[in-house]
Amino acid sequence: MGRYLARRLLQFIPVVIGTMFLLHYITTLGIQFNGDPVRALFGDRPPPAEVLEAIRARYGLDNDCLNQRGNPCVGMFIDRVGQYLQGDFGQSIRMGDRPVTEIVLERAPVTIRLTAIAIVFETVVGIVIGVMAALRKDKFVDNGVRIVTTLLISTPIFVFGVLVQVFGALALRRWLLANDAPDWTSDMFSPVYNVDNPWLSLVVPGIVLGAVSLASIARLTRTSLIENLRADYVRTARAKGLPPRRTIGVHALRNSLIPVVTYIGIDIGMLMGGALITETIFSIPGIGQLVFLAVEFQDALVIIGVVTLLVLVFLVANLIVDVLYAVLDPRIRYD
Amino acid sequence: MTDTVIESKKSPDRSALGRVHFDETAPLLEVQDLKVEFHTRYGVAQAVNGVSFRLDEGETLGILGESGCGKSVTAQAIMGILDSPPAKIAGGSIRFRGVDLLKMDERTRRHVRQNKIAIIFQDALSSLNPVFTVGWQLAEVYRKHTGATRAQAKVKAAELLELVGIPGAKQRANSFPHQFSGGQRQRVMIAMALALEPDVIIADEPTTALDVTVQAQVMRLLADLQKSMQMGLILITHDMGVMAEVADHLCVMYAGEAVERASVHQLYEHPAHPYTKGLLESIPRIDLKGEELRAIKGLPPPLTDLPPGCSFHPRCGFARDRCKVDHPPLYEVPGNRGSACHYWEEVIES
Amino acid sequence: MTDAPAITVQPEPDHQPPPRGDQKKEVSRSLWADGWRELRSKPLFWVSMVIVLAVSSMAVLPGLWASGDPAQCLLARGSQGPSSQHPFGYTFQGCDMWAAIVHGTSKSLAVALLATTLLTVFGMLVGTLAGYFPGIVDTLLSRFTDIFFGLPFLLGAVVFLAVVPVRNVWTIAAVIAILGWTTIARVMRGSVLATKNKDFVEAARALGASNARVILRHILPNAMAPIIVLATIYLGIYVGVEATLTYLGVGFQRPNTTWGLLIAEGQPYALQGSAHLLIFPCAFLVLTVLAFIMLGDLLRDAFDPRGR
Repeated sequence: MGRYLARRLLQFIPVVIGTMFLLHYITTLGIQFNGDPVRALFGDRPPPAEVLEAIRARYGLDNDCLNQRGNPCVGMFIDRVGQYLQGDFGQSIRMGDRPVTEIVLERAPVTIRLTAIAIVFETVVGIVIGVMAALRKDKFVDNGVRIVTTLLISTPIFVFGVLVQVFGALALRRWLLANDAPDWTSDMFSPVYNVDNPWLSLVVPGIVLGAVSLASIARLTRTSLIENLRADYVRTARAKGLPPRRTIGVHALRNSLIPVVTYIGIDIGMLMGGALITETIFSIPGIGQLVFLAVEFQDALVIIGVVTLLVLVFLVANLIVDVLYAVLDPRIRYD
Repeated sequence: MTDTVIESKKSPDRSALGRVHFDETAPLLEVQDLKVEFHTRYGVAQAVNGVSFRLDEGETLGILGESGCGKSVTAQAIMGILDSPPAKIAGGSIRFRGVDLLKMDERTRRHVRQNKIAIIFQDALSSLNPVFTVGWQLAEVYRKHTGATRAQAKVKAAELLELVGIPGAKQRANSFPHQFSGGQRQRVMIAMALALEPDVIIADEPTTALDVTVQAQVMRLLADLQKSMQMGLILITHDMGVMAEVADHLCVMYAGEAVERASVHQLYEHPAHPYTKGLLESIPRIDLKGEELRAIKGLPPPLTDLPPGCSFHPRCGFARDRCKVDHPPLYEVPGNRGSACHYWEEVIES
Repeated sequence: MTDAPAITVQPEPDHQPPPRGDQKKEVSRSLWADGWRELRSKPLFWVSMVIVLAVSSMAVLPGLWASGDPAQCLLARGSQGPSSQHPFGYTFQGCDMWAAIVHGTSKSLAVALLATTLLTVFGMLVGTLAGYFPGIVDTLLSRFTDIFFGLPFLLGAVVFLAVVPVRNVWTIAAVIAILGWTTIARVMRGSVLATKNKDFVEAARALGASNARVILRHILPNAMAPIIVLATIYLGIYVGVEATLTYLGVGFQRPNTTWGLLIAEGQPYALQGSAHLLIFPCAFLVLTVLAFIMLGDLLRDAFDPRGR
């Protein structure tokens, strides 16, 4: 296990540096091609050059390489990495000049709540219906699950979110209010995030966020379980006189859940993108909305800082999932 | 085995099997006219077509035949672990100590499995669950059948591993299947089958996936254990050399039918069926060096589309017109043998 | 049958082993042929194909499908609901909804097709090389893949599109391709690794085939099946992705017409009761994506030999 861990860590480090450099390169290209974001702050009446220069220096944008198109600005990158290691992810140019980390920490709890709801929803429901579909293969339940999951995967998250918001949040809510339903039901379907109901008003967005992943998890569980049910070791378990509850629920299921765990690692990346969309649609003041706003306001430093942070989270999460995978599948450990 | 199996008061097997009345005077295992069909999209395959044999205590019955002749299906039918669609038991009986297993309800049958009749499969790597330790999989048998506690079951598991000759049994019990060699894994399978000291063990091609030297060791282990526990052993294989050494009686299967039944000496010295004769002649012999290898020409028929009359007639050197239309039953041959050939006398003489 | 005891030959015709040299070709020909036969028999396959062909023809020849001119918009007619002459109603700007949807097809499909082609080709290249040449080549290419994989798709797309100077079919497709090729590369690598160890590859090498020949004629045809399935599914998904990016404001802008824009523009008005502004473009989008994904699913079922 130790060797496996060491190997993974050894792979992890260059990849982190590589991805961060990729991000850095693209964003510097952007500044090189689209012009100076500091200059853009002032519209038609820029202040004197020294003032601009001072502002640039303040935000770390005074490097000469930003005037040369195509220059990867390695020096700047190394400086940046140094800053990251000290926990400094930049300052926002347009959002009150605050450190990016501060803004992110402020918005993080909401996003974490939202993502938590999504993950719990998609895993529990996804696995349950996947198992049900596998056990009743080709029958009504199975066909139903396959149709619904295909439909969910075909619906882009924003379509799902928009439709849920319009018909669910509004129409349904109107109906609930008109029919004197208890308060918490109408609170749950509020079309936008409500600070007074930090958990309830996130339930519907959380379900929207998790819906597509739920479909993938259900299908994956189904395929995996069907395959494992045909395996020789399940035959052995039956030959040992074990009841179906045990051959399926312990022997087959344990093996079937391994690919699902791996999937969740990839899913975290998709959840990040999904959170961006969901928070935008439902006006949730989280990190996803932050990225969206930063793009709208062209706040280059916030974009770079937040996305770098998120990429780090993603890579660490994948590392954890890889370790979890080794815990679950002993064949990997002793490679 | 040093200890007897722990049977606590809550042993599930004890209560279930207590209700069944086994006849100790009846033969250990008696299969009569077993028929198993497979319903596939290409038609109905007659995987097993009227097979009968009998196993007594302490005996080794060998089932010999090529791949696809129905031997594994027979074994799994006896265990009751066939996938029921697409498989279907279409007739016959399987009597264990006089009680027809096919007429038993599934819950009772489950208790018979492993307790009275156990099976060893061919590929131990795929037949063992890769994510649980070997000790856990062995202990599971005790925990679920005899109501033993985890600690008790763990001890028994280590004992079992020692019994089958795995060195350092206590530590190895915490290893996973892929960490053992092929021969050791097969020993683990044997240990698992023996755990509850069953009366019958079915070994389905136990050594086919192993090297020749390891084969010999595993077979010897099996033979020793059988003798010391007085079990009945059904050995299924297509390896005629192994069969000759271990079996007392043989049943030769072809295309889902039993075509010959004899003691090992009778069969090897004077085969009574052209197929058996062909098999024996195809064994390469060192004293026939320089001669062309003999083989039975042609291929076994598809089980969905068996030829009329005798299933073997298209490949048979003794075949006459009668063979094309008249399906031979298992004729009684003197010496307590049987042969499903109209012209068995000729075959014996030749 | 003769009476002589000589053993005669009666092999079954379909059991006869195929001539050795063509053995691999026989196998792959019958796998494709078998798969095709199975596909043909499924009604869902034909339904998907019809939708795909219909949408494709809408993209290429919009005039064939919609007589109305999407640019002829009268604000006075804005947001009018479905009526007997215009069953799909009008957009909030007063343009004919049906015409807008039909004309919006081409850009969306173009992006999806271009992106999928680019990333499939690149992904297959990297994956094949990584799978076929072990050691340093594999390590370098795999780490290279990991680096791109570390960028979550939507985040990366939003960042990249924020910095491109112009957003048209080419740039949007390029961004999608740059972010999406990694999965194809990984799948291809796995597929090549699995095929590389098969006996017929070893046989080809023993006969002296060069690496290029082994890869092109032996490994690729056998490792391709999962890629074809993935590419089909991606076509659908990327239609949805383009709409998503456009909805978020980083995709196409006006005066282009795409479904994403229709949905984005329709959303606030739908909240006020003009549901058709939302439902029709959404339905079209989902239907198109659904068709591609179902097709991909069916392809997977047809060509997976284990699934039978």
